[in-house]
Amino acid sequence: MFPKTLSKTVTGVTLGAAMLLPMTQANAAEYQIDSQGQHAFIQFKISHLGYSYVLGTFDDFTGTFSYDPEAPEEASANVKVDVTSLDTAHAERDKHILSDDFLNASEYPTATFESTGFESTGEGEGILKGNLTLHGQTQPITIDVEHIGGGDDPWGGYRQGFEGETTLTLSNYGIDTSKLGPTASTVDMYLVVEGLRQ
Amino acid sequence: MWRNTLHGWGIASIVMHWLSALIVVGLFALGWWMTGLGYYDYWYQLAPWWHKSFGMLLLGLTLLRVAWRLSQSTPLAQGARWERRAAHAGHVLLYVLLLTVMVSGYLISTAEGQGISVFGVFEVPALIVGLPHQATLAGDVHWYAAWALIVLAVGHTLAALKHHLLDRRDTLRRMWWPSVSRRQ
Repeated sequence: MFPKTLSKTVTGVTLGAAMLLPMTQANAAEYQIDSQGQHAFIQFKISHLGYSYVLGTFDDFTGTFSYDPEAPEEASANVKVDVTSLDTAHAERDKHILSDDFLNASEYPTATFESTGFESTGEGEGILKGNLTLHGQTQPITIDVEHIGGGDDPWGGYRQGFEGETTLTLSNYGIDTSKLGPTASTVDMYLVVEGLRQ
Repeated sequence: MWRNTLHGWGIASIVMHWLSALIVVGLFALGWWMTGLGYYDYWYQLAPWWHKSFGMLLLGLTLLRVAWRLSQSTPLAQGARWERRAAHAGHVLLYVLLLTVMVSGYLISTAEGQGISVFGVFEVPALIVGLPHQATLAGDVHWYAAWALIVLAVGHTLAALKHHLLDRRDTLRRMWWPSVSRRQ
């Protein structure tokens, strides 16, 4: 009884995998980040006095990525962020962060990320390398990326979703945070992107 | 006594005028000083709180003042025809700048839906939120309009002093003593 069920299951898995294989090969494709439906988030977290955190988002950004589950090392991504869309739910603080004290958004209204490579570190995870341009200065960064899931959506499209984390040292981009205290020199970024296959 | 006449200003107008002058100069100095404060300064949170509270008070006072001014006669302007016209244009511009400074200031703080606490007694709710780059643009308007207001107020002061001291008119007396308005 028991072995029978098991073998059935194994057969099922094998069959499923076999069916999945040609499909996944066809998935090496360009994806457009779903900015329109806002199924993508760029969040940041920075220390407040060392006692707590300020959380915020960049609401407006666009981008594309290419992804092939069979050849993850060929993955790439390009994202363009509207810096002025920064939102920490407090107008005076947002105005201050966007002023020339920090991000100087009138001078540098966009930030960009262009990937240069991807290194797989295991099943569905890896390190995305690339150049981040922020505050007019470009620095190489790495983003720890994890594949969340992917497949057909209920509306006739096909999607892949990832989350990523990285930590930026703001002085590398010429942003002076010394007035905010020693704990505010770095900012943690958390990204969720859902791409719609083109 | 309370109301204006064709000869001079009543108590209400006089009090509102000098109260406005005091608050405007105070707010300008406070605003200048507080925008230069460092994050770890003791006054970093408190100074904007006072600035906004007095700003909202001045907004209420100014609306009342404009309504009062429009609802009754005003003392006859003195001087040549061009002087009277220039003075009238200057006064209108002062009111316009006052309202511009205060409305733009209000739009900075309320840009994302937060109200403005007035001395902790009550809160002025946010009415216009989420305009594109609202806080930043309103901040620019606030800064330039405040400067324009102070420059014009200095011109207003110099003109008043000139009329009083050089032209030997009762310009300052009628802006200070309500009794001048009862003169026949």
